[in-house]
Amino acid sequence: MNITELREKLDKGLVNSESLFNESVSLAKESQKEYNPFVTIMDKYECSKSDGILSGIPYVLKDNVSTNGILTTASSNILSNYVPVYDATIYKKLKDAGAVLIGKTVLDELAMGGTGTTGHTGIVKNPWNKERQIGGSSAGSAAAVALGIVPFAIGSDTGDSVRKPAAYGGIVGFKPTYGRISRYGLFAFASSLDHLGIFARNVRDVAIVTDTVKGHDSHDMTSLPDDDKMYADTLNKSVKGKKLFYIKEALDNNSEDPELGNILDNFKEVINKCESLGMKVHAESISRDLLQALYPSYMAISCAEATSNDSNLNGIHFGVRGEGNNPNEIITDARTKGFSELIKRRFIIGSYILQKENQEKLFLNAYRVRRMIVDKINELFKEYDAIIMPAASGIAPKFSDKSDKLSDKYLILDNHMVIGNFGGYPSITIPSGFVDNMPVGINITGRVCEDDLVLNIANEIEGALKYKDQIARELK
Amino acid sequence: MYKTVIGLEVHCELKSNSKNFSSARNGFSDIPNSHVSVVDLGMPGILPVVNKEAVRNSIKMALAMNCTIPDYLTFERKNYFYPDLPKGYQITQFKHPIGEDGYVMINVNGEEKKILIHDTHLEEDTASMDHYNDYSLLDYNRCGVPLLETVTEPCINSADEAVAFLETLRNIFLYTDTSYARSDKGQIRCDVNVSLMKDGDTHLGTRTEMKNINSFSGVREAIISEVARQTEVLNNGGVVVQETRRYDETTKTTYSMRSKEDAIDYRYFTDPNLPPIKIDSEWVSEIKEEIPKLPQDRFSTYVNDYIINEKDAYTIVRDKSISDFYEECITLLNNPVIISNWLCGDVMKYLNKESLDIIDSKLTPNMLTDLIKFIDDGKINGKQGKTVLEKMMESGKEVKEIVEELGISQISDESEIRNIILTIISNNMNLVEDYKNGKRVFDYFIGQIMKETRGRANPVITSRILKEELDKYL
Repeated sequence: MNITELREKLDKGLVNSESLFNESVSLAKESQKEYNPFVTIMDKYECSKSDGILSGIPYVLKDNVSTNGILTTASSNILSNYVPVYDATIYKKLKDAGAVLIGKTVLDELAMGGTGTTGHTGIVKNPWNKERQIGGSSAGSAAAVALGIVPFAIGSDTGDSVRKPAAYGGIVGFKPTYGRISRYGLFAFASSLDHLGIFARNVRDVAIVTDTVKGHDSHDMTSLPDDDKMYADTLNKSVKGKKLFYIKEALDNNSEDPELGNILDNFKEVINKCESLGMKVHAESISRDLLQALYPSYMAISCAEATSNDSNLNGIHFGVRGEGNNPNEIITDARTKGFSELIKRRFIIGSYILQKENQEKLFLNAYRVRRMIVDKINELFKEYDAIIMPAASGIAPKFSDKSDKLSDKYLILDNHMVIGNFGGYPSITIPSGFVDNMPVGINITGRVCEDDLVLNIANEIEGALKYKDQIARELK
Repeated sequence: MYKTVIGLEVHCELKSNSKNFSSARNGFSDIPNSHVSVVDLGMPGILPVVNKEAVRNSIKMALAMNCTIPDYLTFERKNYFYPDLPKGYQITQFKHPIGEDGYVMINVNGEEKKILIHDTHLEEDTASMDHYNDYSLLDYNRCGVPLLETVTEPCINSADEAVAFLETLRNIFLYTDTSYARSDKGQIRCDVNVSLMKDGDTHLGTRTEMKNINSFSGVREAIISEVARQTEVLNNGGVVVQETRRYDETTKTTYSMRSKEDAIDYRYFTDPNLPPIKIDSEWVSEIKEEIPKLPQDRFSTYVNDYIINEKDAYTIVRDKSISDFYEECITLLNNPVIISNWLCGDVMKYLNKESLDIIDSKLTPNMLTDLIKFIDDGKINGKQGKTVLEKMMESGKEVKEIVEELGISQISDESEIRNIILTIISNNMNLVEDYKNGKRVFDYFIGQIMKETRGRANPVITSRILKEELDKYL
């Protein structure tokens, strides 16, 4: 059931929130063995009194959101024993709204990665097909919603960590404008790119949750002033005459890859639906060089910020302590044992990029690419209301699949959603059908602070496509 | 011969209610780790929020040092691992510091000198650490306290100049009320860069850096010792190695800590959690208005307008509370020289003896000027004044009250003195005869009057009236 349906049943007294909690928890426990979405499943029902729309509704949090008194590991060994002493703003808002926490979900270690395979408690499997990834880094949150354990989940999105797993899981994933939701209490990966995001099985639910958790926060200097809008109220406005564009270069297909062909066919169908809704969709050209520089620039910026952000993980003040005869030895030991090789690799890349002699060439050039693409997109946004693109170049990969990270398919079609993080744009992925019995999705990205319009367009397309409220297990 | 070239980096903790980027209290406490928030401890997910009061105090200091204030402030991260730095980076300023290109005038042995300020920037202090044999203790009360680092150009040429600059800088902190600037509490600390250049040379020699010296006398000794060491190295045909050295207060020598090759790359970059902060020019003007007249300016007013001697002027401006006291006295009594004499003389003597600050003493500007008026009016004499002052400072009582208690107020009332004189004359008519005959009995009468009044009769008035009365018999 979605939030609107649950709300109605709760209000009519047909169900009560504790029984919803119990039901979710038992579903969570059942799914845990097969899909491994959770680091922690709650055993005690707790619900603050509230007459808000989320009161009594169960949900899950990615395990990189600080929860006072509840283990929060960021799926890393170094934090495997860390119990925070304060609440993240988003958790506090959900608690105050009466939403009921079911559990904390697995992520790629420290939110770095897009496979859902690097968490310290094991890999997360795709609810539609256990041989496939759900994607990441918000793997457990996406899986929990796709499995129907909860109607919504909180994730975080630094490159596409909400929007990509949403596509692979056949659900909706939204990250609002940078600063719309306070980051206070979200374990930082790359602060200038980090967003909190929301998973649900339809656009309306995503809007309802966003309305609850957004707002200015005095703890976060990058948070925006309140926009005094209720996004859920404007979802059904007519989108007739709205102008969308897609990046022509990203959709060039010279390969024989049948899966990619199917993805592009699916996308063309979506374009047709958009046009039938009265929207105009055009192809726009962006320099291939610039597009190919997106992913390396993202890696440079995110690794550089991450190496600094994660310097607090030294085992001295919290987390798993190392051994040694002096502070340096203790810190080195804790970090050597506490991080997987992939994480260490990113830290080394990040440190290298930030070194005095490399900053100009690597770090500052990455920032220039970021600026250039954002300037280009802003220029296009003078004419267009939003970008529309396939969310990925294919269906969820198998665990055994290897991708060619230097191909255009990977560099451009699989990584264009980072534009949303570079510019802080509101960006949403919604399901758009199936390829080879696996869900696929499309992404809509709009102008900064036009979260309402992005949700409005997404809602209208969702209505035309009829893939809302999908639960993976129903296919079995 | 070599010319000494010194550059200083002075760290000073700023006054504010809360810490630079968190809501924990900025205050000294004997209870370790009692002023600590999750932000100070670098818990996962925390975000810094800039303290406006700390920015305000920094701007105030930057203005007082004649610096240019940027339109936008940015904060950068300085990355390194150490347990006293929980986040693994210190938030500081690198690209757009709060003040640039300023200067401070100092006075060294009667000579004025302009010390150029490269920049002054706002950052956060680290935790304090106590090291024991097999463990160390960490106190995070200091962690995150706003710290203003002021960097001079290498334009200081002696230990005397360095110390004079530090004293002047501390005074500016005290005058602007932006810091307690107490070196005994580690609130003001200094890194010293020293190099030598041959007379006539145009480029600077290789410098060494001595970090974290926390007393002005330590700075003086460190410079003297390092200059001697470098002189010896150069005289023996050696080269000075660029390195960080530690000054050991007990042996009064410096020893090598790490060479330039081992220098840490702090990998500075702009903190993405702190967007550039616009500095409103109206706000800057408003802050400028709040800066009181600074010691250098007061000094010249005292010397040029009040015509007091330089030594006393220096004594007065060295302590803002004394200077404020002095200026308040002048508003009550327009006699700057006499006030300065009292203040720099007996008042200071008493304060030094009792190790008191003037604001903690019982003396007020009103009390001091009242005392001076009492003496001017001839109610007591100067010598008595000194006794009265001491009693006033001990008890906090008004001049009048003490003079009465001591029974020392002069009788200057003419009719009262005349009555006493008439009584004494009528009791000593035989001596009046002697007076008429030219015998020297005048002083005997004076003696009698003083005996009667226990010495309180105003001597000038007394002899005038006595003469008048006695002359009536001539």
